[in-house]
Amino acid sequence: MQFLNKLLAIVWKDVVAELRTKELFSSMFVFALLMIVIFSFSFDLRVERVAEVAPGVLWVTFAFAGTLELNRSLATEVEGARLDGLLLAPMERSTIYFGKMLGNLVFILAIEALMLPIFSAVFDLNLLQPGLLFTVLLGTIGFAAVGTLLSTMAVNTRAREVLLPVLLFPIILPVVLSAVKITAGMLDGQPWTDMAPWLRLLIGFDIIFATVCYMTFDYVVQG
Amino acid sequence: MKAGSRWGDLLSGLSAAMIIAALYLVFLYAPREATMGDVQRIFYFHVSSAWVGFFAFFVTLLAGIGYLRTGERRWDVLGFSSAEIGVTFTAMAVMSGSMWAKPTWNSWWPWQQEPRLVLVTILLLIYLAYFMLRTFVQEAEQRARFAAVYGIVAFASVPLTFMSVRWWQRLHPVVFDRQGAGLTRPMLLTFLFCLLSFTVLYFALLLHRTRLAKLADEVNELAQRLHSGWGGRT
Repeated sequence: MQFLNKLLAIVWKDVVAELRTKELFSSMFVFALLMIVIFSFSFDLRVERVAEVAPGVLWVTFAFAGTLELNRSLATEVEGARLDGLLLAPMERSTIYFGKMLGNLVFILAIEALMLPIFSAVFDLNLLQPGLLFTVLLGTIGFAAVGTLLSTMAVNTRAREVLLPVLLFPIILPVVLSAVKITAGMLDGQPWTDMAPWLRLLIGFDIIFATVCYMTFDYVVQG
Repeated sequence: MKAGSRWGDLLSGLSAAMIIAALYLVFLYAPREATMGDVQRIFYFHVSSAWVGFFAFFVTLLAGIGYLRTGERRWDVLGFSSAEIGVTFTAMAVMSGSMWAKPTWNSWWPWQQEPRLVLVTILLLIYLAYFMLRTFVQEAEQRARFAAVYGIVAFASVPLTFMSVRWWQRLHPVVFDRQGAGLTRPMLLTFLFCLLSFTVLYFALLLHRTRLAKLADEVNELAQRLHSGWGGRT
């Protein structure tokens, strides 16, 4: 399985690089912590039941931390001219896309894994249910799929950090909406059948956009 | 160039006539709506503007595909020209929607009651993102390529966003909604005519805008030749 080997090679490269410097992980972690603190202060003053805003707060935090990850991940590639090296490697551009996407996915999931217990403690909710974790996975896949493509574009511009959220957020709205709805439903104890349409939408989004971004990635890195 | 301006003049004249006719229909011919009164007349322009907004972005999607396949400048020109017109009409749709919402639901921005307003706003944000992307990419060829890709990806998200925003309001999400138009025949006629005249206006504006872009390209090329010392004539 040549494709898989090449894929894992790219992911492994990113993971090893990060393990050595730990700069991305630590900055994301601190950022996410800060967001929880700020949110808990701002809502504490007005909201009676914190559980009502928890799903929204959770996904907003994930979205912003994820954007941070995407920006940093591609920026280091460009700064070190590593993207050029990657493009010279004997693999299809699309393989690079999946490799980068998987790498981004791994990092964002890692931060989310750290965040969920902290969230559970701060908001006094059980966020570690299997259904919820599955939703987090699906949502992050959609986010990483579109985010990898768009960050590759944004990093080539003058305003990379500002441009990525502007490009990304309108497009991943269905992901955030579905994820928030499902998360809220699970915390309220609603039956699975109620949330099935949202789940289908989420899965549909993931499949459609992984495909579309995979097909167009080639055009973004050429030239 | 002669032929281009002939079509341009024809379309401009036609759209002018149709818009004037549409104004007559909307304000004088269409009956006053029973529950909402005269404010309902905004609906004719609001929906037509939103329609042009979506259609224009669809054209940008097609232009994006065309550019990626051929690499020809005219597809890129079509793409951003259509996007410019689209963003204008979408902004009009958002503003007219808000104006309609205030007397109807007593709120300038009824998130809960009108999911379509949210959707049109998302479209506006996508358009603005498209133009931000174009502004910040330096090199022309890269700009055209990135804009083409973004146009494709962004438009693909519109149907999914539509579904999710719609379901957001309901308890049990439905895929298709049987919604009676609730329009009497004169209203329906007025509405369809408005839709048609806005579409003709769109094409007229598109023709003018693409022609303008081509002339601008020619001017740039001439300026470059002058600067490089090759002379101004072909």
